[in-house]
Formats: sequence, structure tokens, C-alpha cells
Amino acid sequence: MALARTTVTADGWRQATDQLAAGSRTLLGLWGDPPNVHMALFDETSSKIAVISYACENGTYPSVGADHPPAIRLERTIRDLNGLDAAGAPDNRPWLDHAQQPYPFLPAEGEGLHQIAVGPVHAGIIEPGHFRFTANGEHVVRLEQRLGYVHKGIEALMQGATLAAAAKLAARTSGDSTVAYSYAFALAAEDALQISAPPRAAYLRALMAELERLANHFGDIGAICNDASFSIMHAHCGILRERTLRAAEACFGHRLMMDAIVPGGVARDISPGGVALVQELLAEVRRAFPRLVELYDNTASLQDRTVTTGIVKPEYAHQFGAGGYVGRASGRAFDARRSPGYPPYGDLTFEVPVLTAGDVDARVWIRIREVEQSLALIDQILGRLPAGGISVAVEPDGTICEGLALVEAFRGDVLIWLRLDETGRVAGCHLRDASWFQWPLLETAVEGNIVADFPLCNKSFNCSYSGHDK
Amino acid sequence: MRTTLLESFTHGPLTEPPPEPDEAALAELARNVDRAARARLGRSLSIREVDAGSCNGCELEIHALSNAFYDLERFGLRFVASPRHADVLMVTGPVTKNMREALLRTYQATPDPKWVIALGTCAVDGGLFAGSNAVVGGVSDVVPVDLHIRGCPPSPSQILKGLISLLEHVSSKSGIF
Repeated sequence: MALARTTVTADGWRQATDQLAAGSRTLLGLWGDPPNVHMALFDETSSKIAVISYACENGTYPSVGADHPPAIRLERTIRDLNGLDAAGAPDNRPWLDHAQQPYPFLPAEGEGLHQIAVGPVHAGIIEPGHFRFTANGEHVVRLEQRLGYVHKGIEALMQGATLAAAAKLAARTSGDSTVAYSYAFALAAEDALQISAPPRAAYLRALMAELERLANHFGDIGAICNDASFSIMHAHCGILRERTLRAAEACFGHRLMMDAIVPGGVARDISPGGVALVQELLAEVRRAFPRLVELYDNTASLQDRTVTTGIVKPEYAHQFGAGGYVGRASGRAFDARRSPGYPPYGDLTFEVPVLTAGDVDARVWIRIREVEQSLALIDQILGRLPAGGISVAVEPDGTICEGLALVEAFRGDVLIWLRLDETGRVAGCHLRDASWFQWPLLETAVEGNIVADFPLCNKSFNCSYSGHDK
Repeated sequence: MRTTLLESFTHGPLTEPPPEPDEAALAELARNVDRAARARLGRSLSIREVDAGSCNGCELEIHALSNAFYDLERFGLRFVASPRHADVLMVTGPVTKNMREALLRTYQATPDPKWVIALGTCAVDGGLFAGSNAVVGGVSDVVPVDLHIRGCPPSPSQILKGLISLLEHVSSKSGIF
């Protein structure tokens, strides 16, 4: 068994909760696996992940959310999906299960307050979710999210599935991060089976991951500016995004590179001439992007919308272990590629940009700096692309085994835990999107902002609905 | 900004010629779409997109239709913010249990005559998510569908083909009245 889980008593479970509440560990995940619950914790000083398990008594376990709020939605989910209860939990409302109607929103009372209900079907082409604003005139006093509309029961569907079928489901957890999900699923499976992908596959995986990051960051930078009605940025970033997707299709046969990463390696090698195509793309981005950055930086009317809008306090970013640009724009210097790290990023040189302002502007700048880092990473990957095979055989090893992986998607870290049975079929899987620890911070970020700035704040987070609802 | 704007005049447009309509889509439309509706909708169509459970992959490619390469609006097709302004509902995803009611209400809020496009492999029959306890099935399990555009996700060119077939079908005067 590759992943070492430690089974703890109620005291051990509470100790871990205390460490989370004290900030000496970061909560990476909390999920049900009846009759057990598992909790993944990250130690930022040693860069180690620990997974502890608690065997529920009468279907209950001591609440983590009671002392550590980032766990609250996870506990509500465990109850909805696995029927296990968190004893002493501060919020017992259902989360992904929408059977209970109407949903009891939290009360917000005061003179002159009114509510605005938005969604699940939104005005734009975005995913469904419900936002309940309580406002005083134009100012948002409270935002409460209600998610779960695109819950597809992916983890339950994976039970008993072959590794190949489960990998396809993992790849469709959040389409914009399909490479990152396939990457994490493959690493978790390889961890469980104690195999590793050949060096060439590791480099091709990183190439795909950086192309995916570029495409999404281009899309986001343009879309954030568009939500401030600055459409020229949107048009030009859209061109760069499209060029990136076309290069991806020419290299790997699919614009989003779906199912290109598989347990054991990659499904296909980069096409002949692919390297030259990616180099052309890099040259085009290096020609066009700096001017767009300058345009963003020098447009006062645009900055007026983004600077000091939607601030995420650094203490919340740390408490929630917010990953990606949400965390890094608020002083949390975490990047799963760096720590705990996974191949081939240990061989590659890159910086993890960090800012502290925590506003929409800072989240834009983190993306800009990450585009630059991804360009430099792709240079290194292409320059050092090893020769050799692109996959190894994935054989069940006749035992029940578990694996865990943490991969940096464009929006933050994706955690996947996987258990395989003796025949190599999936006996349990947990997929935790970065959005789980970012969505709650959006509620805090819009407080005190005007209603009209919500789309801007929301786009600067660009949380995944499907990745969260799964 | 000046340089960027001026460059738009000196460089040719990036917009590509439209693809030919899709034969299979034309055949499906001929079966499904009522003649009176064709006559009343004319050549310009407003589309309301509804994500009924997708992984968001389809949404990315629908977004791409508006970029400089595909420029959807040149065909008289545009995305609108409300079903009440829409002629066409473009629905993605396997329909989840939690989105069933919202999809139905969106359909009911769309004025007649209206068409429904089910976009993406999941929208046909639930795709990989068929059989999940959390999923109802394909779009046609909840609302009547006039056109399916398959793919996981369908590329912008494939979506454009389907939409152009729709326009061709609408504007063809033969056989009306």
C-alpha cells in the first residue's frame, strides 16, 4: 500500500482539528468512506501530506468545522453523500443534496436591507449556481452561495469502474482543468500501484498542463476586463487563447487535451512537428502579450474597477488554505508544483509569484506573472524533452492499494485520493477541487462592494461549479 | 492602446470562412422543426445557453464562438441574457436532478416558437454520466429537442456547422405554406 493512512481515535482526530484551528496545518481534504472519514492535512514547513482516518461510531465523527470553518461545507457534503454525521457541527443544512425545498438561507436582518436572488441560470454563458445577496442600496451586506446544481455523482459512478473508465470520469470533473484532473488521477493511480510514468511522459504531461494554464489564464484575463466593459482586452486575449487551443489540438489531437494523460503515462506522443508549433505559439505570445499587459496597466478607467475591489484578507487565504491565484494574490505562497511537488517540476526552474493586496487587480497580476512563468517552463520542457517510451503497463498488483496526488491546476490544487481493489478496479475515489476553499472566500470578498462589482469579483476567482459539485 | 487599435487596420481579419452546414443536422431539423416556426423566426436567432449539468468543457467552446476566428454574430446569431428574449435554447450537460426544475422553468419562460439544441455528448443521453443517481439523463428526457450537436466537447467549428444548418433550415422558403 503506497499511501500510509493513520487510523486515529477521537482524541487524535480532535488534536488534528486543533492543529488546523491553530494554523500549524492546512486542511487539504475531508471526505467520507463509510464507515470511515478521512482527513488530509498539509504541513507547510515540512511540505508533507498526512492522511488520518477515523472509524465512525454510530455513523458520527467529531466535527472539524466546529473549530475550523473551512471544513463546514465538506462535512455537509459527507452527510449528503455518505450519511455520516459530524457531531457538534455548526451547520447541518444539506449542501449537494437539493431534496429539501425551500433551502433555508441564513437570515440577514436590519433596516433598509433587501435581497437579490440570482441563479441558478445566469445571464451569461456560465455554470449554474445560486447567489443570494443581501444589500443595502448598492452595497452588498452579505452574499450566501448555494451550490450543488451540477452534482453528477462522479465519485459514486467510479465505484467498481475500471481504471480507464474512472480516468475518463475524472477528466470530466471540471472541463477547464481536464489536464490537471487526468494528471492527478494518473499520479494517484501510479502512487497506489507503485509505478511511475516514463520521463518523456512526465515532460509531456507538464507541457499539456502549462498549455492548459496558458489557455485559461488568457481566457480569464480577457474575461475579467470584459466584466469591467473593457472589451478590447477580451478580444485580444481570446485570440491568444484560441491559438493556444489550436496548438494543443495539433500536438495532442484535442483542443482541451481531454483523456491525453492516462494512468501509466500519456495516451499519445506529441505529433511530429508539434514542438515547432508550440515554439511558434510561444513566439506569438511573447510578441502580443506584453502589449496587452501594458494596456491593462495603463488604462486608468479599468484599474479604477479592479484596484481595491473584492479584497480577500490574507488571514482568510491562510485559514482556508486557498490555492491558486486566490491564495497567491493574498500572500499565500503555495503551489503544488513546488511543494510537495511532482515530476517533472523538480527538474524545472520557475518562480511562484505572490502579492498581498488580495484584490481583483492582484488576481489579474498573478495570472499575468504565471503566464510568463509558464512560457519559461515550456521553453525548458521543449529543450529537455527526454526520448523514450510514453507509458508503462498498468497491472493490478493483487492487493487493495491506495494512492494520493496533489496537482496544481490553473485555478489551484486538485487533490485526488484513490483506492483500487485486487483486480485493479476502483474501490473508492475522492476528487477535491481548489474551488472548495475559494468559494467561501468569495463570500467574504464581496462584502461591502457594490452589487455591480460582483461579476468582476466572481470572474477574478473563476471558481469551478462542476469541479465543486462533482 | 493606439498601436493595438491601428494594427487592426493593417492586419487582415482573423475571421475564417464559415463551414458548410452539417448534413446530419439538416436531416434531423427537417424531421423535427415545424414549418410555421421556420417562417416566423426568420434568419436572425437569439440563443439562450443553459448549462444543465455540464463539466464546463462545452461552455468553453461555446464561448470560443464569439472570438475573432469564428465571430458568431456575423451569421445573425447572438447569445442573450434571458430566456424571454430567446428563440433557441442551447442546453449542455447530462441533466442533473438538481437542474431539472431550472431547465424546465427556463424552457417555459422561452416564448413560442422555440427550438432546443442539445449540445455535447452528455446532452444526448447523459454520456459518461448516464446511470448516475444524481443525473436524470439527456436533455430530451426533460424538454423536447430539435437538434443534437455531438462531441466532447464539440469544437467551435462543429457547433458552427450545426448552427448554420439551423439557419439554412430556417431561411429555406421551400415547402412553407
